Amino acid sequence: MEKKDIIQSFKDSLFTGLIALALFGPIVGLRTSSKGEGLFITPQWGVVFLLVGLCILGRFLINLNSARKTEITFFSKFTSKFSAITEDKAKHFAITAILFAVVFPFLPFTDRYFMDVAIMILTYIMLGWGLNIVVGLAGLLDLGYVAFYAVGAYSYALIATTFGWSFWICLPLAGVFAAFFGILLGFPVLRLRGDYLAIVTLGFGEIIRIILINWYEVTNGPDGITGIPRPSFFGLPFKRSPDEGETSFHLFFNLEYSTMHRIIFLYYLILVLALITNYFTLKIRKLPVGRAWEALREDEIACKSLGVNPTNTKLTAFAIGAMFGGFAGSFFATRQAFISPESFTFIESAIIVAIVVLGGMGSQTGVVLASIFLIGITEMFRDLEQYRMIAFGGAMVLIMVFKPKGILANRKPTILMHGDKK
Amino acid sequence: MEYFIQQLVNGITLGSIYGLIAIGYTMVYGIIGMINFAHGDIFMIGAFVALISFIIFGLTGVALPIILLLVLLIAMLFTACYGWTVEKLAYKPLRGSFRLAPLISALGMSIVLQNYVQVAQGARVKPMQPLISGGLEFFKNSEFIVTVSYLQIFIVILTIILMGIFTYLITKTDLGRAQRACEQDRTMTALLGINVDRTISITFIIGSSLASVAGMMFVLYYGVIDFYIGFLAGIKAFTAAVLGGIGSLPGAMLGGLLIGLIETFWAGYVSLEYKDVAAFSVLIVVLIFFPTGFLGKPDIEKV
Repeated sequence: MEKKDIIQSFKDSLFTGLIALALFGPIVGLRTSSKGEGLFITPQWGVVFLLVGLCILGRFLINLNSARKTEITFFSKFTSKFSAITEDKAKHFAITAILFAVVFPFLPFTDRYFMDVAIMILTYIMLGWGLNIVVGLAGLLDLGYVAFYAVGAYSYALIATTFGWSFWICLPLAGVFAAFFGILLGFPVLRLRGDYLAIVTLGFGEIIRIILINWYEVTNGPDGITGIPRPSFFGLPFKRSPDEGETSFHLFFNLEYSTMHRIIFLYYLILVLALITNYFTLKIRKLPVGRAWEALREDEIACKSLGVNPTNTKLTAFAIGAMFGGFAGSFFATRQAFISPESFTFIESAIIVAIVVLGGMGSQTGVVLASIFLIGITEMFRDLEQYRMIAFGGAMVLIMVFKPKGILANRKPTILMHGDKK
Repeated sequence: MEYFIQQLVNGITLGSIYGLIAIGYTMVYGIIGMINFAHGDIFMIGAFVALISFIIFGLTGVALPIILLLVLLIAMLFTACYGWTVEKLAYKPLRGSFRLAPLISALGMSIVLQNYVQVAQGARVKPMQPLISGGLEFFKNSEFIVTVSYLQIFIVILTIILMGIFTYLITKTDLGRAQRACEQDRTMTALLGINVDRTISITFIIGSSLASVAGMMFVLYYGVIDFYIGFLAGIKAFTAAVLGGIGSLPGAMLGGLLIGLIETFWAGYVSLEYKDVAAFSVLIVVLIFFPTGFLGKPDIEKV
């Protein structure tokens, strides 16, 4: 490298440092805190200098070996190799993953904490697969998916606490309600173009949340609904001492009572629900409506001229996606036994969208990997609660910048003319 | 009637704030065709910078008009840095990528900015003592006295001044011409020797500065801010931009005023709890019935 280049990149780094100083100076350097009346400022220059120093150093290093390009090629090479492997061995991978998921609760190292995390990951996988129908297949960016999750959870909670019906009756009802809301929203707005649709769905998600907070008579406002019935094992409840005339799970199977029974049952429940979602998606992709979704995603005008009704086709995608969101919601309600509007904020929608997009829109395996990655990482950084959302948002930006098609960019069409292999 | 006038005054004040944010959305949409989802958070950062400088200058005991001017300039400067950096880091590498990529990148940026401010400044709400107090009272003989505070007058006048400068900038200067050219055809503009990247950067800088002024007004007007204000304000300002016709600058201001009025009247006459629902419902209704807004150009999709 020539001397001129070094001086140039040195200047460039100093400029970066100046900008970094302007960015971090006031916001990080002057922390406001309220004591009694009024606000006071606590200077934190140490942190600012550290951050500015890091920015200068980082910029300088990037300039030095112009790492930007090599980084990008390394990253995309790595991920494309990875996606090639998973594509080749997709079937093996899926079978291994399902087998692992089935035996997971009985592995020696599995404890209560692992089970909870696994249930959470599976819930997100199911939500991701549900949203994948809307975003991945039909290409409609839905930033208010959590609304359907909320509708499912609340309709399950309300039906179950009011009428006392069992989980297996409430679950489909919750799905139907969520799908109904999907149609209700979708009907007017699906004519909109991509980014407008994103904002409208976001607004819809917020409307649902505001209604949940303020409609005290039905939803009990911010206090939420408590005492939602737990699911039973086909009529056998998971209780230590069952009510009179009832047999509980551990008595029926002659087992020692353990709270893990219910957890394991919940785990299998969400696993089955998620696999149903996946199976459904894989099958519907090969039906005319699934083909129409993918065709719409690629070129709407071409579809119109070929006689596909875009609004109806999108509406089915929206309703089906919403239905699976509703199923996941009712599972969430029965697992928590308590729901409140706080669980259904915009950030949840953002997480689900991130899972679908980072997984590579339309890729079922990608959703699994992205869920494990994102939820697993945030669980690992539990102690650094405050920083984990920064890392999360940063990951979204970075992946978009370096790999806009997602980790597993699996957007090849499901059908090819003359069986061409591209 | 007096109540109506009071709501009108409040609505116009609120509308000025929304209008200033909406200009940022509409400018960016006009020039690169993306929804800058992080713009609401830029506004929030502007509010924080303004709050911090108000506290610092509050200790020095300088006269109020000088403080206001200094805070205005400082907030614009520092917030513009944020706008510029966000564009460089998150949007510029994605130019020419598929349509949803910048939107998702912007979403990530918005999450980053929100949580960054939460970590740096704490999650609690920040209250501030009112700086400009007092006002003019009208209809003193009737039951309901209409108050127009000096602060409201300040906000509206400042907005009008800024709009004047801004309109001059866009319609009369070389920079404005370059910007309008980029809006129409970026490739052709580049062929004519205009630095398109620089023009886009400047667009972000102008948009962020105006948002920071809105942030400063927000601090003065409400007296409380937290790291989350950008989300709602951003959505409402975006609604305003769409209502006025996205891409149209007078439209953004008009839309801002309308949204401010709708929200205030809804809160005053219908229900306070559901005032945010009003804004979102307006957004949905507008997009369905007038997708191009009031002053927007129809968007023709070409094959």
